Amino acid sequence: MIAFLIKRIANAAFVMLAVALLAFIIFRFFGDPVEMMVNEQATQADRAELRERLGLNDGLITQYTRFVTNAVQGEFGISYRNQQDVMVLIKDRFPATFDLVLVATVISLVVGIPLGVITAIYRESPIANALQLGSIVGVSLPSFVVGILLILAFSVSLGWLPAFGRGETVDIGWWSTGLLTPSGRRALVLPSISLATFQITLVMRLVRAEMLETLRADYIKFARARGVPTSRVQWRHALRNCLMPVITLTGMQIGNLIAFALVTETVFQWPGMGMLFIQAVTFVDIPVMAAYLMIVAFIFVALNTVVDVTYAWVDPRLRDDTARAGGANG
Amino acid sequence: MQIRHVLLATAAIAGLAGTAQAENVLKWGANRDIGSLDPYSYGDSFTINVLNHVYEGLVRYNEDLKIEPALAESWEIMDDQVTWRFKLREGVTFHNGNPFTAEDVVASLTRVSDDTSPLKGNLPAYVSSEVVDDHTVDITLNGTYPLLLNDLTNIHIFDEEWMTENDSLLPTDIGGGVEGFATYNANGTGPFIVESRQPDAKTVFVVNPDWWDEPQHNLDRIELTPVNSAATRVAALLSGEINFTNDAPVQDLPRLAAAPNVEVLEGVDLRTVMVGFPFREKLTTGEDNPFTDNRVREALYKAIDLDLIHEKVMRGKSRIAGATVAPPIPGYVPELDELPGFDPDAAKALLEEAGVPEGLEFEFSCISDGLVNEEQFCQAIASMWSRVGLAPKLDVAPRAVQSPKRTNGKTDVYILGWATLPMLDAYSPLLQIFHTKEGNSGVFNWGGWSFPELDALVQQAGMELDLDKRLSLETEALKIVKDQNIMIPLHQQPMAWAVTDDVTEMPLFPDNKPRLWFAQVAE
Repeated sequence: MIAFLIKRIANAAFVMLAVALLAFIIFRFFGDPVEMMVNEQATQADRAELRERLGLNDGLITQYTRFVTNAVQGEFGISYRNQQDVMVLIKDRFPATFDLVLVATVISLVVGIPLGVITAIYRESPIANALQLGSIVGVSLPSFVVGILLILAFSVSLGWLPAFGRGETVDIGWWSTGLLTPSGRRALVLPSISLATFQITLVMRLVRAEMLETLRADYIKFARARGVPTSRVQWRHALRNCLMPVITLTGMQIGNLIAFALVTETVFQWPGMGMLFIQAVTFVDIPVMAAYLMIVAFIFVALNTVVDVTYAWVDPRLRDDTARAGGANG
Repeated sequence: MQIRHVLLATAAIAGLAGTAQAENVLKWGANRDIGSLDPYSYGDSFTINVLNHVYEGLVRYNEDLKIEPALAESWEIMDDQVTWRFKLREGVTFHNGNPFTAEDVVASLTRVSDDTSPLKGNLPAYVSSEVVDDHTVDITLNGTYPLLLNDLTNIHIFDEEWMTENDSLLPTDIGGGVEGFATYNANGTGPFIVESRQPDAKTVFVVNPDWWDEPQHNLDRIELTPVNSAATRVAALLSGEINFTNDAPVQDLPRLAAAPNVEVLEGVDLRTVMVGFPFREKLTTGEDNPFTDNRVREALYKAIDLDLIHEKVMRGKSRIAGATVAPPIPGYVPELDELPGFDPDAAKALLEEAGVPEGLEFEFSCISDGLVNEEQFCQAIASMWSRVGLAPKLDVAPRAVQSPKRTNGKTDVYILGWATLPMLDAYSPLLQIFHTKEGNSGVFNWGGWSFPELDALVQQAGMELDLDKRLSLETEALKIVKDQNIMIPLHQQPMAWAVTDDVTEMPLFPDNKPRLWFAQVAE
């Protein structure tokens, strides 16, 4: 088991290094940050000097090595545009993204699970068919369209909810949350629904498939035969057995939601990490882009590693090299 | 609906939450955030513009964009012609209560002209400054130079004592990897005081009750919120969550104008959009470069249907330009604004006369996040040139990608917009674009041209202290630009702001900079 653990962690570290290298190769195509930093009247000599000072003239490998050496020590440098420590910037933005992802996850479970059960139980009914059709729309509508439609309906026409921003927040240490104030909660509604749309349909479809499978199982038939009420069988015995994969999926999807939040954050001017990244791309703010990519990669890699390790712990067969390929890698 | 913002958590928990519910609030939805609270941190004119509400210069632009005294009351050029003596306003205090003195001016000029300052180029002629007495400063230049006042409008004055206390005498050096105090804190003399700032979320300014000048505005509070997405910005304006935006998207103007509670303020920007040509020996394709021949440049000019672009692409909101500077810019004269007229046949004839091969390929570089509708008018121009027998290859990419290609000469024909900011004088494009690329001149001379006659005029203008003489020199130089078609002007682009009906006064400035100390909201 320990050998397996070490192997998995080494794998994870290798993935992180590869992501960093890829990131640095890609940055070359983003353009020159210096052109965005100086103003119109700066001379060519000034520009060259700044480029030199920022170490942009060094070779790819030198820049990469420097970045990795610093990153290992938790040093990501100073943002070109905001002139703030990158870790501070990300630390400030992460709670905003977290609020959004948390609420979106809750919405997706609270809405997705019952809908999945209903579509499984009343398989041929018009309601189930309508929900199924609706879920296709949910999967296919891009989240920025959902966002804009929500803003049009609830902010412009009805005037119920704010179109942008995070509202009032409460700080707890370095963490901040909008969940504890009325305006913060109101501000969360539209962006989290927009972020959850895709997730709802995913959960719903998964629950439906699992339910259909479970409802055919023998113990359900026995429960029925014993005279347990149908609704109790369906919502208690069957549903409970469906939830394991849903929980795994939800866990794995958190990484995706953080990445997807980028679009939602842009539409709703949500001051989260995605917003920070988009701005960094516009201004070729290399330290911020690099740190963001590393952190998102870290979240993905960490989630995957934890899931793999847990699975291996639960199921010793997976510790075997040959079986690992079929592990929970996605 | 009220989204109030809590300044500090500790304050919120202690129950001291932001209850300063001001009566007159201007909620400004901008298309992006300021970079930092330090105007010298990043060469970004929007950041400087916003921070001008907090920090002031020795001189400033008035409502007609004429220079008037601000922190300096008067000035004179000394006998040596290179030293300027400024008499400073007395009784001015910074937001922290410190008095404004000559020391502050010297420290600020030193800071902005430091080698690590990205704004060093904004004070090109500066050599040194010296305290004469508490309220007198001498600024020494590297020669006779007429545009010092124009430059100084954008040089914000910091408090020397405050900078010393907080170790901020030098601008933040990103290469050094250390944060600066002025990034998070501001202490100016201006009409507004920074109350709080959350990057990318909200920056709040409150009125400075001790401002030295008689306020023309009636604002108590400005809440600057960046709303990057154009659709969201429009929605926020319609729903009244913001009551002012300095970037109303062109495509949404009819909708905004139709809304009962919104007023659109439209105008023409000073920014002149131009086409530039390569003057190198070879094109990027390796072929011989025909653009060094003025007949070819003229042909390309005649092949562009400016009216069509104005009507269709710019939706009738641009101003077709014949001159490379806009009419309000000193140095402009109406004769420069004559148009060659759209004439594809003449263009073909000229190309033939110059011996340009049919189907000549060249790169045409445009920026996707640049000027108003840039991508669209570039496509239009490319097809107009195709119609006279050329084969432009349209290359559209973000500014960050295109800029290095352009400065390194890896492009042929390109689009450039120039607003003469922050100088607001024809000297700006003449020195930065049209002058031969050497030393501090011709930084934007991407085509690599050189017209010695023009250079001589520009240099002469740069040393001429008599306004009329200087302007006539500049006009003469602009004539060479026009006759030689060094760059061909297309139009001045439209600009649009929008306010809700509770904003009663919002003067629109052609340099596209909001100056909220002239704004009024309904009581």
